[in-house]
Amino acid sequence: MFHLNSAVVGLKKLHNSIYCLTIRAPLIKKSVLPGQFVNLQVSKDNSPLLRRPFSIYNVCNEDILILFNVVGNGTELLSEMRVNQSIDLIGPLGNSFNITDEFETALLVGGGMGVASLPLLNAALRQRNIPVVTFVGAKNKDYLILDYLHDVNIATDDGSKGFSGNVVSLVDEYLKNNKVPNPKIFSCGPPKMLESITLLAEKYNIHCEVSVESVMACGMGICQGCPVERKGTTNKYSLVCKDGPVFDSGTLKYLNHG
Amino acid sequence: MVDTSVNIGSLQLKNPVMVASGTFGYGNECLDLVDVSKLGAVITKSLTLKPRDGNPPMRIVETTGGMLNSIGLANVGIQKFILEKLPELKRLNTTMIVNIAGSTIEEYEELLKILEEHDGIAGYEINVSCPNVKEGGLAFGTRCDTTSEITRRVRTLTKKTLIVKLTPNVTRISEFAQAVEAEGADAVSVMNTLVGIAVDVKSQKPKLSTITGGLSGPAIKPVALAKVYEVYKNVKIPIIGLGGIMNWSDAVEFMLVGATAIQVGTANFIDPSVGIKIADGIQKYCEERRISRVIDLKGAMKL
Repeated sequence: MFHLNSAVVGLKKLHNSIYCLTIRAPLIKKSVLPGQFVNLQVSKDNSPLLRRPFSIYNVCNEDILILFNVVGNGTELLSEMRVNQSIDLIGPLGNSFNITDEFETALLVGGGMGVASLPLLNAALRQRNIPVVTFVGAKNKDYLILDYLHDVNIATDDGSKGFSGNVVSLVDEYLKNNKVPNPKIFSCGPPKMLESITLLAEKYNIHCEVSVESVMACGMGICQGCPVERKGTTNKYSLVCKDGPVFDSGTLKYLNHG
Repeated sequence: MVDTSVNIGSLQLKNPVMVASGTFGYGNECLDLVDVSKLGAVITKSLTLKPRDGNPPMRIVETTGGMLNSIGLANVGIQKFILEKLPELKRLNTTMIVNIAGSTIEEYEELLKILEEHDGIAGYEINVSCPNVKEGGLAFGTRCDTTSEITRRVRTLTKKTLIVKLTPNVTRISEFAQAVEAEGADAVSVMNTLVGIAVDVKSQKPKLSTITGGLSGPAIKPVALAKVYEVYKNVKIPIIGLGGIMNWSDAVEFMLVGATAIQVGTANFIDPSVGIKIADGIQKYCEERRISRVIDLKGAMKL
């Protein structure tokens, strides 16, 4: 874990309100594991006050990439960052996806901005020569983020591209129609989607890991502000920031924080 | 050379900056990022007799210039703390103050008896002001008689520095400070969080699972300063000021209105090493103004 005052190297608007921010952070780049995140200080004048957590989307040279959608004043400020501007960040934080257990095919399932945790995972899997099939869902074609992924199947809620419907239904269709050797699901997306991918994994008896999003303050297990309820564990709650963000889907009691 | 030390009861701190309970874990979580030996003291998160799961999500929500929390005293419990945390904390070369919270008066006594059997603890902070638990907490801290009674009973059990952390959610906080001073408390921490609510207008539901939470952060600093000032005018024991301190300048304000020492809370979530920066900043401020002792800032506000 490092606390760095780094510099913005690039900011690219992908489309609509989605941006990719590049930050010079060789220490984080060198040590990051797929599924980990950074906690960014988006403002130096307490507005907003707390840091904002983001998945490390990808790495490149000495840099890390962050994918974000402008949804509030924190991401609004990030979208106004300029090259060479300093940015304070803490990371890499959290646990990571487990790709060393026994499975033969990786099914990567991303919904919305959840795709941000897939590229590093994809790269790690491909490096181990594990076959990857990817499923990406978005509300419409303008919100699809497909970079740095492999063998992508697309779902859009409005049917504007690919499968018409949610991405979990698309995975269901795929599993029905294809014989997939010993698969494991890796998924990241909104709570409702993670809940349905959990049910789908149970239905097909497939091992499934999900990366959970949560509001956080510290991002490193100090404030105890980001609990997720577990089942079959000694402690009732685990912390998304420290024990997660990646959990075995079957151990989460419910994913919907609301 | 500025003398940065301050005294709280029988305890001499190397500088007036402590990290507030619940904002620095048990004290050993951020060792990668912070040299805790440079802090005046580390105050542990509140420990209870039995482990506590804490409250369901959502436990935190950001508000303008602050955050509301309702953690619910999630902690490993006193036994596990002693077995698993204390041995490492002893090796940190920092002053450890253990914060305790009971759901009955007897639990405070029990906690203190257990802790008294172990070395490596410099003092205690008594939490009678947690706004987010059903039993104990605010139910004690908003009643002057129970606050006095808890202080009286734990005082008889220890010679170590005893600090009582007061809530601002009362009519006159200085009455509580006077009451605990009369019962032998060595110092008061002023103040705990202010009770607050945030509502999601889309769903029309409260943003926190417990509806109310404790407000902290820069938004509460002027209130905290006024509470410290009020207490300063009414008691002789040292006041440890806290509430929204983000930098050295905020810390100096607290000392000027009467605080002997300060605690950094919410700011640790944004920068875990902010306490050290604040200690350095206070020292530099004194150097520049040729103030030979940091303690001379106490109550030095010019009227």
